[in-house]
This record gives sequence, C-alpha cells and structure tokens, in this order.
Amino acid sequence: MKTLSIQDLERIRKSAQADLQIREESNKRTTEASCGLALGTPSLQVLVCGGTGCKASASHDIVDNLKKAIEENGIADKVEVITTGCFGFCEKGPIVKIIPDNTFYTQVEPKDAEEIVRQHIIGGKRIDRLLYTDPKTDKSISDSKHMDFYRKQMRIALRNCGFIDPENIDEYIARNGYFPLATCLTEKKPADVIDEIKKSGLRGRGGGGFPTGVKWELTAKQKADRKYVVCNADEGDPGAFMDRSIMEGDPHSVIEAMTICGYAIGASKGLVYIRAEYPLAIHRLKVAIEQSRAYGLLGKNILGSDFSFDIEIRYGAGAFVCGEETALIHSMEGKRGEPTLKPPFPAEQGYQGKPTNVNNVETLANIPIILDRGAAWFRTIGTEKSPGTKVFALAGKINNVGLIEVPMGTTLREVIYEIGGGIKGGKKFKAVQTGGPSGGCLTEKHLDTPIDFDNLLAAGSMMGSGGMIVMDEDDCMVSVARFYLDFTVEESCGKCTPCRIGNKRMLEILNKITEGKGTEEDLRTLKTLGQVIKDTALCGLGQTSPNPVLSTLDNFYDEYLAHVKKKVCPAKKCKALLTYAINPVNCIGCNACAKHCPADAIIGSTRKPHIIMPEKCIRCGMCVSRCKFNAIVIC
Amino acid sequence: MEEKKVSLKIDRHEITVPEGTTVLEAARIIGINIPTLCHIDLKGTCIKNKPASCRICVVEIEGRRNLAPACATKCTEGMVVSTSTLRVMNARKIVAELILSDHPNDCLTCPKSSDCELQRLALRFNIREMPFNGGELSLRKREVTASIVRNMDKCIFCRRCESVCNDVQTVGALGAIRRGFNTTIAPAFDKMMVQSECTYCGQCVAVCPTGALTERDHTNRLLEDLSNPEKTVIVQTAPAVRAALGEEFGMPAGSLVTGKMVYALRELGFDYVFDTDFAADLTIMEEGTEILNRLSRYLDGDKSVRLPILTSCCPAWVNFFEHQFPDMLDIPSTARSPQQMFGSIAKTYWAEKMGIPRENLVVVSIMPCLAKKYECDRDEFKTGGNPDVDYSLSTRELARLIKRANIGFRLVPDSEFDNPLGASTGAGVIFGTSGGVMEAALRSVYEIYTGKKLEHVEFESVRGTEGVRRASIDLNGFELKVGIAHGLGNARRLLNEIREGKNEYHVIEIMACPGGCIGGGGQPMHHGNAEILQARTRALYAEDAAKPLRKSHENPFIQQLYEEYLGKPMSEKAHALLHTHYFNKSVN
Repeated sequence: MKTLSIQDLERIRKSAQADLQIREESNKRTTEASCGLALGTPSLQVLVCGGTGCKASASHDIVDNLKKAIEENGIADKVEVITTGCFGFCEKGPIVKIIPDNTFYTQVEPKDAEEIVRQHIIGGKRIDRLLYTDPKTDKSISDSKHMDFYRKQMRIALRNCGFIDPENIDEYIARNGYFPLATCLTEKKPADVIDEIKKSGLRGRGGGGFPTGVKWELTAKQKADRKYVVCNADEGDPGAFMDRSIMEGDPHSVIEAMTICGYAIGASKGLVYIRAEYPLAIHRLKVAIEQSRAYGLLGKNILGSDFSFDIEIRYGAGAFVCGEETALIHSMEGKRGEPTLKPPFPAEQGYQGKPTNVNNVETLANIPIILDRGAAWFRTIGTEKSPGTKVFALAGKINNVGLIEVPMGTTLREVIYEIGGGIKGGKKFKAVQTGGPSGGCLTEKHLDTPIDFDNLLAAGSMMGSGGMIVMDEDDCMVSVARFYLDFTVEESCGKCTPCRIGNKRMLEILNKITEGKGTEEDLRTLKTLGQVIKDTALCGLGQTSPNPVLSTLDNFYDEYLAHVKKKVCPAKKCKALLTYAINPVNCIGCNACAKHCPADAIIGSTRKPHIIMPEKCIRCGMCVSRCKFNAIVIC
Repeated sequence: MEEKKVSLKIDRHEITVPEGTTVLEAARIIGINIPTLCHIDLKGTCIKNKPASCRICVVEIEGRRNLAPACATKCTEGMVVSTSTLRVMNARKIVAELILSDHPNDCLTCPKSSDCELQRLALRFNIREMPFNGGELSLRKREVTASIVRNMDKCIFCRRCESVCNDVQTVGALGAIRRGFNTTIAPAFDKMMVQSECTYCGQCVAVCPTGALTERDHTNRLLEDLSNPEKTVIVQTAPAVRAALGEEFGMPAGSLVTGKMVYALRELGFDYVFDTDFAADLTIMEEGTEILNRLSRYLDGDKSVRLPILTSCCPAWVNFFEHQFPDMLDIPSTARSPQQMFGSIAKTYWAEKMGIPRENLVVVSIMPCLAKKYECDRDEFKTGGNPDVDYSLSTRELARLIKRANIGFRLVPDSEFDNPLGASTGAGVIFGTSGGVMEAALRSVYEIYTGKKLEHVEFESVRGTEGVRRASIDLNGFELKVGIAHGLGNARRLLNEIREGKNEYHVIEIMACPGGCIGGGGQPMHHGNAEILQARTRALYAEDAAKPLRKSHENPFIQQLYEEYLGKPMSEKAHALLHTHYFNKSVN
C-alpha cells in the first residue's frame, strides 16, 4: 500500500468509526434492557478478551465456538465477534461482553458459546449464571459500569484495551489513533512536542517517576549522527502484567508514541526490548508494526513528511535486572545484561554509545492521548506532582484480582476495599506491598494515603511499575520479606558487592529467623546491612532490594521479635516455629492421628487422649488432616 | 581550545581540576588517598578497569541520596565531597566484610599473602572480626594450567582480568558468567582455560588483586633438582628480570640488580648461571638473517615473499596468532624465542662440549613471563620427550626462593654471568622492553645490509610507550618501514590491516604484554602503578648504554658458536636447532 496522506488517514478514521460507533455509544450509556436479534436489535458485537490470562482459560475456543454458532444460525451478517485486549477483571475471566447492551459475562467457558448465541444474541435474554454477582448485595450486575471493580477506575493508558481489536489498525485509527502523530509532523516543531509533554507533568511509569518531558529534552539536546528510542517492555516484577496487557491490547499506542518520541528527539530508529516469554505481546506488536508499515506510518517519509522512523523488536531472556535501562541497553548490544554507573545517562550515551531515550510501555501509552487532548486536560487528572493515572496489577488476598487503572491520588483504601472488593474470606487486612521486589510493605496506617510517586516513597515504599499485593492476617511478614529478597538474590546480576553478597547474607539471616534460630542481634544486623546496601549498591535493583525487609522491620518489628525471642510465628506460617499438640478434651483416642503420623511422634492408648512428642514431630500437618474431632491444636 | 576546569571541595580542601577528572583522582592530588579495590588505571598503557562495582571507594556527595563511587564519579562545579565521614567509613568496612564473607580464610597459605590488595584493605579498615562469615560460599572452579593457576574461590569479581583479557588483549578467554551470588569469571560456558583461546600472557594474573589468578609455581621442583647431585642445573635469566627483581626486596622500581641476581642464583646452587641475553643475540643473528633474506628476495622482485615479517620471541603472541590468525602462519619469523634457542644450544652444543648427558642436564629459565612456562611444554621443543628448557620460573618465584634461602639480597655483592652462554651485548638486554627487539635487529641489519658501521646505535624512533609505533630507517637509499605493537589488542589491529592487504611495513615487532616483557605476567606486582613500568624500561636502556658491545653480531661467543657448531645463520643445523613452525589452533 502506498504511504498514507493525512486525508487518507481521515478517510480510514471515518469508515472505521462507523464500525466502532455501536461500541462507542454503548460505552457512553448504561443499559438495563438486554438486546437481541429477536427483540429487533439490528446488529450486535461480541467482545471476547484475548489477553494472556483469558486465553489461558481457552478464550480463543470461545471465539471459535461463537463464530461457529453464529454461522450455523445464519446471522453472520448481523453479529460480529471481536477479540480484544485485556478487560482487567482477570479474577473473573474469561470475559465476554455483548454490545450494545453492555452485558458483561464472566468466567465463560467454550461450551457456553452456543447458549450465548442462542439465548442472548438471538433471543435477547441474558444468561444470569454468567453474570457477575456483587458479593456485597448478592445481586447480579450486567453492566460493568456498575461494578465496584470498575466504578472508581479511569482508563487512560488502558483506554483501548478491551475495547478495540488490537490486530486491526483501523480500529485504533477510529479512536483518533495516529492523529496526534500527524499533528506533530504537520503542525508542531519537535521542541513544541517536548514542551507539551513537559507541561503535562507525565512521569515515568516504570518505577522511577522521572519527568518524561525532561528525559526527552535531554536526549533531544544531544548532538549525534544517530539517536534511538527504546521502549522498555522488560516487565519483571512478580505478578505484574500492566505493560504486557497494553502491548497485547493496544500495541499501536506504543508504536505511535515511539514514533512521536523519535520525531521529538531526532531519532529515526526505535527498539522494543521485550522478554521472549511474552509471545502474545510479541505477536501483537509484530502484527501492529507490519500494519503501520503497510500504511506508511512507520518507514520513510511518514505521512508525506520528511520524517522517517522504524521500529525493531529485541528479545530479552527474562532477567529482572534488564529492566534497568543501562542493563537493558547492554543486553541489546549483545553484552552481559548488567548495569553501569549513571552518569553518563542513556540520554547522553546509550545504545551503541548514541543518545537514547528509554521509556516504559505504560509511559508511552499515555503520550498519544496527552497530545490528543492536551497537557491541561491531563493535569486535571491525578495530583499536582503526579498527574494522570496509574495502572496496577492487583493481586494477593483480595477479592477482585486484576488489572486496574486509577487516577493518581486515589487512596490505598479505595483500591483495596472498593475496587479490590476487600480481603478474601472476610479476613483482616495486614499489609499491602507496592513496587514489587523493590517496594515496601505498607500497613493499616497508610491506607488513607493518596497514591502518588512521592507519597509512596515517603511512606517507605515506592510506586515501582505497579505491582500491588495485598496480604491478610495469615501472612507472616518475615516470610513475605524473605520471599522478595529471595527473588532479588536470584535476579541480582552479581556485579556490585552489596547486591551480590549483601543480599545473600540478608537472606541467610531471614532463613535463620524463620527457622527459629534468629537472635535480636540478627535484627540489628539486618537493619544495618540493609541500609548499607541501599546506600552503596550500583543500580536501582540493588539500591531498593532491602526495602521489603526494612519496611517490614519498621512496620512489623513485633512480629520479627516474636520470631527471634519467643520463637513463635504469629501468623503460623513458619513451620519450624509451630508446635502441634492434642487437646485432651476433644481427643477421643481413635488412633487415627497416630496411625498416619509419618514420624511416629504420637503416642497414646486407645480411647484415651493421645500426646504428640514435640522432639519427634516434623510438623507435617498429617494429624490435623486425619483428626475428625478438631483435637489437634497448632500454637 | 582551553581545557575547562571545575572547582570543588573535598574534605575541607578547595581544589580546581580539569573537567573529566574523577573524584578519586582529584582527591589523590591533594593527598587524600581514597581506598579502591576493583579500580585500576595504568596510565601510559591501555589497561583500565572502572566498573565501579566493588563499592569500596564510596564517598558522600552533598545533595545525593546514595553514596557515590569516587573512581567513576566525575568532579562537577561546586561539588562538595566527604571521603571519611562515619557513614562512609562504616559502609566501606561493611562492604569489605561482605567480600571477606565470601572469601576463603586461608591467608596463611595463600600465594598472594602480603601482596594481596584485599588483605591490605582488611588491615586498613581495622577488620578484626568477620561478622558475616558462616554463610554459603560461592562455588567456583579451580584449574591448574601449564602457566596459570585459577582458584576462583578467591575471586572478588573486580573484573580486572576480564577487562585486560577482552579490552586490552582482545583474546576473549575470560568473561563473567552466571548471575548473582554465583557469578564467576571463566571462559565461555564455564569451560576450562586450556580449552579456551587463552594465550597465557598472564596479564590477568598481573592485575588480579587477590590469589584467584596466580602463576604455576615451580620453586619446589627446582629445589629438588638443585639438591640432586646427579643433575647439572643451569639457569638463564631474561633481560626484564634484572630490572624488576629488586622491587621484591624493597628496592626502588628501576633498580638494576643484574650482579646481585647472578650472585643469588649461585648461592641457590645453580651450577652455571647464564643469560638469556646471549640467546637474544643469537635470535638477532637468525631473525636478522631471515629479514635480510626475505627483503633481498622481495627487492629482487620475488612475488612469493610474504611481508611484513613478524617477530616471534613472545610465546603469548605466538599463541595468539595460532589461535586467531591461523591463515597467516607463514608471516612470522620462524626463529624460536631466545628462551628456546638457549635451551636448544645448551642441551646440544654446550652439553656436548661439557660432556654432560642430556638427561642429566636441567635447564631452568627465570622469566618475567607466564607464557614461557607453557612454551617449555610445547612438544616441538622436546627431544625424545626431554624438553630443551625443563621449566621456567617467574621473577616472583625467584624472589620467593631467594627469601626462602635466607639470602640477604640487598647486601649481596655483584657477580658475573658464566661464559660462554652468559655473554651478551646491549642489543640482547633491550629485548625486555617494547621496541627492543626491533632496535637490536636494526643495529645488525643496518651494518650487514649497508656494509657501513653504525655510529649512533640508539634508534630513538622505535622507543616509547605508544601502543603502535612506526618508523622508517634509511638503508643505503632503501627505506625500511618498521612497526612496533605491544599489547595483543594493538597486535590484532595490525594483523587485521595486513589481512585486508593494507600493510605498510616490512618488519613488525610484537610483544603481548603492554610495555613489553618489563610488564610481563610474571613480574613483581605493579598494583596499577604505571611509573614502575617506565622505571624498569629506563633501567634496561641504562644497562644497554653501559655495555661495551651493543650489536648482537659483535658478540664474540656468538661468533664462536657459529664457527664451532652452527656454521652460519639459517644453516641446516641452525634451522634444526633454532627455528620452528606454527600450528592452527583456532578453537572454532
């Protein structure tokens, strides 16, 4: 296809908007009545989540079955099935959404497809069992707008996820996609673009929170024969999938933003560094790049301008440290993925020694819409110092696990209790871990803190890339700290001493504590060592790695003390610190426990209360599972 | 353009330095000696390692949240640096304690004890306890090669060896593998060094701050041979040894200790003390003749002559081109190295003359080099399994032996080498420094080619420290173009040019180690002090200048050797005893 002109782009927008109109309109209203062909609805669209989570639950089979049923019923001209990106409500996936009545089906199985077509699409009758039930009211809700999970969310970076077909560039264009780029190329000087981004106050969503506009300006200022735009898609925090979802659900927003950045800083080459274990995101990116090239939105003389830009994908092997921008660059250069000292910053000396601007996926996803609606609009969202929204991967002991996007300034309480639907099983909230392995654990007293870069840092944690893991009363904070440190020890590149050896020693001390061999001296050592590692490590990974330990030491010191002084794990998680005993009141002497004890640790005569010998007990819990009389107590 | 300057404050001292100066360098100017460990910057050579990874040199900089590594942080205008606050000193001590917690506590038996940079830090930081010890130790390989012993348990991951092997020597035998706590430095895929492209140049050993990389020690083997009455044990000493050995006994760098060294060797019990310089003169006779042959054939229009001719004295260099340039094995001179020429003549000409059966004669060499140990082992330098040179000791090993034998080195008198294999000219002496072999060759080639007497024997144009140097010498109207490279990275540059047909030289001298043999892997540790290397070079030129004879072909014992035994240079006998051939050793 020949290179598009802006007029061509307009034409595509118009025609695609017609296709998308039904979705746009439904999006704006809340519908109560259901639709169906039998009720006179002229056409319907079925959106099926094609994110990795839902695909893992066979959402592609749902698509196939839906199409088959539609075909069999001869209604293919009136009903369209569209695979979209992630809806975010992964807890309840796979998600199927019916347009125009906005029916939001949850946990759909391939076998439900036929029923959806027959009963709903043709018959116009919702399938109640597939609707979401509000745990508070016990009532089913058909439109996601009424769900607590969505009510407080504001989807800007995720604006197209779960709405458009990520493998259809026209749908992206229909939502004004590539128009911000066109405006930049025709009406704005590079400096104006940078200025707009600076004015928006957008800060890097990869964790550091560095002002994006300033970063662009630094790279733009450098004089060099070549410059590079790098998209950091090396998402590595355990449980985080913000960036993956954006690339799967809206790859063109990333491509467009990189192109705009290239124009602003004077680069003609973009590189996406993505981990090879994101096959779906890679596939969607590849498709999107091909489509952009076909339209001439990547390549030479974009939209007839004299600006040329193209994008290449580079694969990472899944090392956490390669999310650090200097390590990422070394990895792309074919060198060992390990960081080097900054300065020089990549803006000065990056890929192949050339000025390089590295931005995270979510940051980039914000760019086109900021330019589309203006910096002033963006500033109305979020807080003064952290404008805009943030995407979080909400996980842990929470009812609504999933991907959420909220305006900065939303409190942790709102996220956990409203969007997240509170703690699973009605248990008591204990802590929330933000910022992944580099972050800290925040407690009850932080719940009303408005979330933004600076507040989280002040509270002893950090924004990070947006992992948010909720813990309840059953979680042992020493074990939690150990879990995260175990991760960093595993993922350390080994370059600098504090991270390579210091974290290992801290982990050994934590292991000692959970095994009941810790001392109060160990707690002091943990603190000193943690502070020195923060103070001396070379890169962001090392400098933040002690955070989970230090923040739990600060906020849960008593729990540590219980482990080392009383040799007790209050959450009853540390096996070595548990004592199994038999309550003689409940024990009827049935022998079941003794018979199954693999360590022969239980003695007693029949029909008389038994006894567990603590020195022999291996704390396997077999007796608990065998006792029918609730006679085994763990203390 | 005028150099930009920046002013800053370091511990109450105001200082102005050129832009680009690091905090470490600025502090040193005003006498503040910030401790370092991984850092090395051997000015004048290309040896540099600044990964800023050990975190020993951290300092406090006003306005920065974290401590900053002084070695890699550049001074900026108005910077306020504190190098010894409690926060800094505690952090440094803890970092050092962490390193010690993953380091074997076997200082008492470690070959680097008292010469170990980590040990010095522990002393300096007043570390009296090991608070983090008792944890897991990282598991790493050990390997004993002909030249180098790897004991990676002692590796502190400073990356100096990796920098030298890759950036300076471009050999690429060593690199970081694995991650986190189990990171280690090793050949790719954790193979053994003997399976790698290692040239045994020993530069990794020369920069290793701890006992992770050391030389293969032959001192005990030597003591056994010396005490065996049936064996005649003779020794040859390489030129660079005499310019460095004194450092091991607290003498200033550049002290010439030739006479003391000879005396000490006699005290140790060697039957004869000879000089590799003799063989260096012999090398010039053979190599010089080869140069002249190739040149005159070339000038006669023989198209089959390959030029340039490359020197072949350096065994690490020989290894390098055998591994990396197997398509160019016909370019280097076929002349054996002085060490091997010596061994070959000692076990034939001299042994026959003295009536000593080959198997009873032990030829030992004292070398500034570790590759020489490997060279002794090469099969082509053995007769019936008996090596021409039995084994080679480094300068450091000799120093250890002298100390062990209670010889008060600084006080012993001078002694002379034995004849005939101890007599040499000044040309032989300068073999020990970069440009020396070329200069020695030029002295003889000039006189033989032009038939004129060379009045001014010093070829200043080939001397110096530049990595690659070039010079033209007028030989009766013929302009002889010569090149000199030291450091294998520089050699690679020249060889690549030759491979691409862009050669501009007739003769090229190559030495594997930066600075030549004076900076060899077997020399006393320079610990990153470049001035030491320069002082050693000056010492060799001084010894040359003091010699009555300064041209190899004037050495009367060399003339005698040809008359009595070899005939003439490049004769059939000379070929058999003094020349060699090369093998394709490419790993891939």
